[in-house]
Amino acid sequence: MADLPSPNQRRGLVAIDGAMALMVILLVVQIWLLSATLEGFLAGHHGVALPAAIFSGLLFAACVTIDAFVERVDRESRKD
Amino acid sequence: MSLFRNPSDQPLWKDEFSVFTADERYVTRRQFTKFLSLASLGMFAGNLWILAKTFFVKTPEFPSTVVAELGEIPVGGVKLFTYPAPQDHCILVRTGDDKYVAYSQKCTHLSCAVYYSAQQGRLECPCHQGYFSIKDGSVLQGPPPRPLPRIVLERDAGKLVAKGVKVGEHG
Ligand code: FES
Repeated sequence: MADLPSPNQRRGLVAIDGAMALMVILLVVQIWLLSATLEGFLAGHHGVALPAAIFSGLLFAACVTIDAFVERVDRESRKD
Repeated sequence: MSLFRNPSDQPLWKDEFSVFTADERYVTRRQFTKFLSLASLGMFAGNLWILAKTFFVKTPEFPSTVVAELGEIPVGGVKLFTYPAPQDHCILVRTGDDKYVAYSQKCTHLSCAVYYSAQQGRLECPCHQGYFSIKDGSVLQGPPPRPLPRIVLERDAGKLVAKGVKVGEHG
């Protein structure tokens, strides 16, 4: 394998960089959600815990899906 | 999709410790996305933990504790006491002839002890200038994110008795 990335590998890297940026955004939202839920819980608003947990689960599922996408791109670009 | 990667037919050590720069870029990104997924799982676990606490933690039983005699403190005066446990410091304020209020003394920002400012008619935290309403313990100004927990008071045979602690938006 050459030391310089092939065009296909470069495309793969761009796709992975985009996916990573999206994951970082999702994670920031999740961190904010957790701190807001904790704040609400400590203030006696117990009703927020369930919707927050569901939403956080969805964000986690999205992260895992993106991770799977990165794995796929990684695998395909390694065929070169 | 498998959580443990197997992206190529190469042995794992060749995949993860590639000598080629082009491959190395993939390794670092792959590891970073794994780390992000793990962090996301941690956040989700935190939310589940809070959910479990709301479902399984029972509201505590509060004892009845005599806090003061009626008329023991002058109007505008305060008395410090502990409730419900000896380490939970509280402040009782006589705001009128026949009006008493009591709050936890622990600031909801970083737990400094609040004091009563009779001049301003509010509870003040000296650490970061957090002010609380004497009427309901709500935040008037400053960094505290929540109102002060209010001590439920009842009168019984000339005595003020603490019966519980109310936590929430309105004290
Ligand atoms: S600890 Fe009370 S305002 Fe910061």
